[in-house]
Amino acid sequence: MSYHNPPTEPRISATFDEYTMSEIRRAAATGIYDIRGGGAKRKLPHFDDLLFLGASISRYPLEGYREKCGTDVVLGARHAKKPIELKIPITIAGMSFGSLSGPAKEALGRGATMAGTSTTTGDGGMTEEERGHSERLVYQYLPSRYGMNPRDLRRADAIEIVVGQGAKPGGGGMLLGQKISDRVAEMRTLPKGIDQRSASRHPDWTGPDDLEIKILELRELTDWEKPIYVKVGGARPYYDTALAVKSGADVVVVDGMQGGTAATQEVFIEHVGMPTLACIRPAVRALQDLGMHRKVQLIVSGGIRNGADVAKALALGADAVSIGTAALIAIGENDPRWAADYAALGTTAAAYDDWHEGKDPAGITTQDPELMKRVDPVAAGRRLANYLKVMALEAQTIARACGKNHVHNLEPEDLCAVTVAAAAMAQVPLAGTDWIPGKGGT
Amino acid sequence: MPTYDLAATPLRDLNQALHNIAPGDNDRQFSVVNPRGHHAVAVGVHAPVTIDVMGSVGYYCGSMNDEATITIHGSAGPGVAENMMSGTVIVKGDASQYAGATGCGGLLVIEGNASSRCGISMKGIDIVVRGSIGHMSAFMGQAGNLVVLGDAGEALGDSLYEARIFVRGKVKSLGADCVEKEMRPEHLELLAGLLDKAGVTDARPQEFSRYGSSRKLYNFHVDNADAY
Repeated sequence: MSYHNPPTEPRISATFDEYTMSEIRRAAATGIYDIRGGGAKRKLPHFDDLLFLGASISRYPLEGYREKCGTDVVLGARHAKKPIELKIPITIAGMSFGSLSGPAKEALGRGATMAGTSTTTGDGGMTEEERGHSERLVYQYLPSRYGMNPRDLRRADAIEIVVGQGAKPGGGGMLLGQKISDRVAEMRTLPKGIDQRSASRHPDWTGPDDLEIKILELRELTDWEKPIYVKVGGARPYYDTALAVKSGADVVVVDGMQGGTAATQEVFIEHVGMPTLACIRPAVRALQDLGMHRKVQLIVSGGIRNGADVAKALALGADAVSIGTAALIAIGENDPRWAADYAALGTTAAAYDDWHEGKDPAGITTQDPELMKRVDPVAAGRRLANYLKVMALEAQTIARACGKNHVHNLEPEDLCAVTVAAAAMAQVPLAGTDWIPGKGGT
Repeated sequence: MPTYDLAATPLRDLNQALHNIAPGDNDRQFSVVNPRGHHAVAVGVHAPVTIDVMGSVGYYCGSMNDEATITIHGSAGPGVAENMMSGTVIVKGDASQYAGATGCGGLLVIEGNASSRCGISMKGIDIVVRGSIGHMSAFMGQAGNLVVLGDAGEALGDSLYEARIFVRGKVKSLGADCVEKEMRPEHLELLAGLLDKAGVTDARPQEFSRYGSSRKLYNFHVDNADAY
């Protein structure tokens, strides 16, 4: 009887895994970096790593469905004559017409309005669809200034100066030629069909001293009526928040690396910026150090998915959150009903992120007139409103369980962390201990 | 003629008064004295009126101007006539960085020199500079015309789209994708019109060279990676 050495199982390297090898082969074949939409897909410490403690003997809860728990928030009361009043602390993030279809933008406006919140333009100017269907519309002031004009500034409800975004802090935008339709080209004053590059920094100011003057200019342009937000990518949240406040911002928006983009390099999305969870406490600390917490509002975005995420962001000190990717999913992005079409593109109805190619089967991240017919703005708007209301209800449920009569009364004390990393980032104790990494305890 | 003395009147009062101008109002000429380098002077005016600013200003004077004729009897800080829509802004002295940045329309005349990034991301504005301009001017210029009677600094027209550049003097260097182009009769005619509008009588279109985009970088190709 002969003896056979038992073979070992084939083993794929953890370093050179299948995805990594496929990317090397793709790069070698094409000579161009991978471009995609969305935010970081890697596993990161996130809100799931936090838990609420709920009420106990020392804390008593509010009665669900009986005792009131407020969700309203006022944004921009620091300097603006006309602050924005929202019914729920969940806003729709800036997404451009150009990256999104007209019906998709309309759906976002309809849904936000039904839910009593705001929506935001993007790097392509303001369209009539979204202005007409958005009761509260935030007008983004971006480095590219595509479509920027004083008439739209005056008819906006707030102005958001975009310094950066979580998916690509330090990066500009990109809209590839296949999405530059006649209408998009006209709004951006560019030839049809070319790759449109948005600048990574503003053309007429650099640094916090200039930003202060830029904010003064925008206030003077709009007679000090509009709240002025400053949006930064999650890079240096303490200093960026402090500098935005010093420059005169009414609202600071901090966008973590799970926050999406219409298109940029995969390497940028996955390797630049900080997780949303890591951004909140430093930003809140900056506000507190300046005596401006709750006076200058903090909006947090990047990977907000449900009412628990909302409640956790608020408990850590945010005044509101903003959603982008989740809003697109609510109106139909990556919906399994288009599974066959996604498969034909070589992907699935959950993984699709080639938003820059303009072939989105859901009709959302496209300018294809036939595909965009798949978005019914009325029905999609209704779905978004439903989703927003569910998130608000979920956040209220948690707040009541923690004994709070307003979601803004949630606090870090209501939380614990299930991982050391999350405990360190959120500065809340590891579950079952009073240990906060970096702060002592046992 | 209403006169606003910025040594005594808040900037807010000036800009609010200019924004309140209604079509039937009698006052069509305004004067601003003692600007003393104030920022955001006469921003967002949207009426066909004449405004004389009697001195030098800080950042963003005349920004987003729509229809007004604004004359700065001095020098201008960064971002003069930023994002102008229509009308005219005239700087009697020199202009700092980003003059006419992202301008969508109208005419900006700088009688002195302009610093770096003049006409950056211009989107339809016409800019005429009697003196010279600094580096990176017309960077990512999308539309409109930049006319320079003097010299241009480094990297002129880098990453240019469809904006046209006319320079009478020397160009230190051209930016990525910017090339010298043939001056055809239609360009001479266009340039003559621009010089006339700017009140330039001592320069002939034939003395200028034309620069524009070679359009090689309009769609990404890896073989052009060194140019990015």
